[in-house]
Amino acid sequence: MQPASDLAHTLATSPLEARGVTKVFGGLSAVDGMSISLQRGELLGLIGPNGAGKTTLFNLLAGSLRSNGGTIVVNGTDMTRAGPEARIANGVGRTFQIPRPFAEMTVLENVLTGGQRQSGERAWMNIVRPGRVAAEERAAVEKARALLDFVTLSRLEGEPARVLSGGQRKLLEIARVLMADPDTILLDEPAAGVNPTLLELIIDRVLDLNAQGTSILLIEHNMEMVSRLCSRVVVMAGGRYLTEGTPDDIARNPTVVDAYLGGVA
Amino acid sequence: MSVELVSYGAFFLTMALTYAIICLGLNVQWGQTGLFNVGIAGFVAVGAYVSALLTTPDDPNRFGGFGLPIFVGWIGGALATGLVSFLIGALTIRLRADYLAIATFGVAVVVQLAALNLEPITGGPFGIGFIPRPFADYAGDPLVFSLANLGILVAIVLVLYVVLERLARSPWGRVLRAIREDEQAALALGKSAVKFRLQAFAIGGGIMGLAGAVQAHFIGFIAPDNYVPMLTFQVWAMLIVGGSGNNKGAILGAVLVWGIWAMSAGAVSELFSPGQQARAAALQIVMIGVALCAILLLRPRGILGEERVVSRHLGGARLPTDGKTSDAKSS
Repeated sequence: MQPASDLAHTLATSPLEARGVTKVFGGLSAVDGMSISLQRGELLGLIGPNGAGKTTLFNLLAGSLRSNGGTIVVNGTDMTRAGPEARIANGVGRTFQIPRPFAEMTVLENVLTGGQRQSGERAWMNIVRPGRVAAEERAAVEKARALLDFVTLSRLEGEPARVLSGGQRKLLEIARVLMADPDTILLDEPAAGVNPTLLELIIDRVLDLNAQGTSILLIEHNMEMVSRLCSRVVVMAGGRYLTEGTPDDIARNPTVVDAYLGGVA
Repeated sequence: MSVELVSYGAFFLTMALTYAIICLGLNVQWGQTGLFNVGIAGFVAVGAYVSALLTTPDDPNRFGGFGLPIFVGWIGGALATGLVSFLIGALTIRLRADYLAIATFGVAVVVQLAALNLEPITGGPFGIGFIPRPFADYAGDPLVFSLANLGILVAIVLVLYVVLERLARSPWGRVLRAIREDEQAALALGKSAVKFRLQAFAIGGGIMGLAGAVQAHFIGFIAPDNYVPMLTFQVWAMLIVGGSGNNKGAILGAVLVWGIWAMSAGAVSELFSPGQQARAAALQIVMIGVALCAILLLRPRGILGEERVVSRHLGGARLPTDGKTSDAKSS
């Protein structure tokens, strides 16, 4: 195959796609035959009333949950049965709705943990090839510091992550997942519980990332944030695809309004 | 008199340091990784028996021995126990903490019963004798002999300490800490909790096997009675007293608890008539229990407590913290 057509193929492939995925908890279908396709370089919004199944869908896309049906395709490869560690190795990273920092580790170490394919993570390499491990670690520290700078947490790098405020924890999670160089990031409510100053910063950084070519799928309740960030929004209700459109279309769509007022869910 | 005292001191410390090695192994499994191994005696036994079989002279009444050099026995004992730990871990590491405890306890009972009943290999209840002792040529001079043995033990503990500290402060150790803190978050960052736990379990097991091998050669004789749950209890007490999660604490705890054990043994033989000594020996266990309770009440994290470990590659990473913490909370 020609390199040019390789590139064309990559650009044409969705970095992350769910086809008819289903997740059943007991008798309840939290996600019910949902399909969603992220375009390369897109910043796609995913909204829906509480209980619509957004976070469950995220967990399926990130590999934290195993689906009961349907397929999940990452960069053209079927990864339906793969766990979260395989998803991130293939470029799909995620943050959590409620941030999960490693509380007793320093802010810098939290970010370093996001690094992929580090030879120092193989126990014996630290004994056999200490020079190589040290060199890789120096490069990783440099990269982690740049990421901390990007999310404005540099001055806290030596503090244990438990001292961070809620908003700072969200920023730390973003830096931590960026350490893995994902080409797709799933952001679960990055604005929830964040004060207005940090919110502006988070919006700014998400736009930056997207401008650098990272595809982003964003769950968010804050419609103002969604309209500032996303050109396309998918609406879920009752575990299913409801509709999609521009943020303006969605805000005016009576079906969506109905869903939020309890008409569908 | 003073020569005797020094010899005894060296003997005491040598024995204590064999326990320190087991403790260092347990610290990798529990202190660093949170794996609840209640079958320590079984892993120590595997190392002891493998090394004994490899190094004792040929015995027509049982399998082996192979008459290999002592250090081959030690390495063989450590590797065999590491492999056994890996296989047991592959079956059990996904279990929740309490079930892992039950499974490892079961393994230790199986190992002890196997040692007791597989007479053609292990010598059964009579055990294996004539295990070659390091520096046996100097056995005539107790001072030189005991100091030389102590020297070897100090060297082994030192090497292990340096290697384990290096690992704890490496990216590998960092992943273990991350997994211990939040497995889901670590998984989302691509760190397979099962894989890393299994590695820690096998490395810790291998170290316990090495301790068993070294101890067997120091005493010169092993039997199934040496590897009963009491040994597991002693080692746990040592790690808790010294400070779980701290390699220095593991070594300190081993020396202290072994000191209490040895002193209470002396006290029992002084205070009780020979007829009652067997029963009075239970007081030794009571003493360890009392020490354990006292530590848990007074210093719940052990004498040294868990050390704050930061990657050794981050020498200058820690910034002055004045005022930053409150700052961080308020923003």
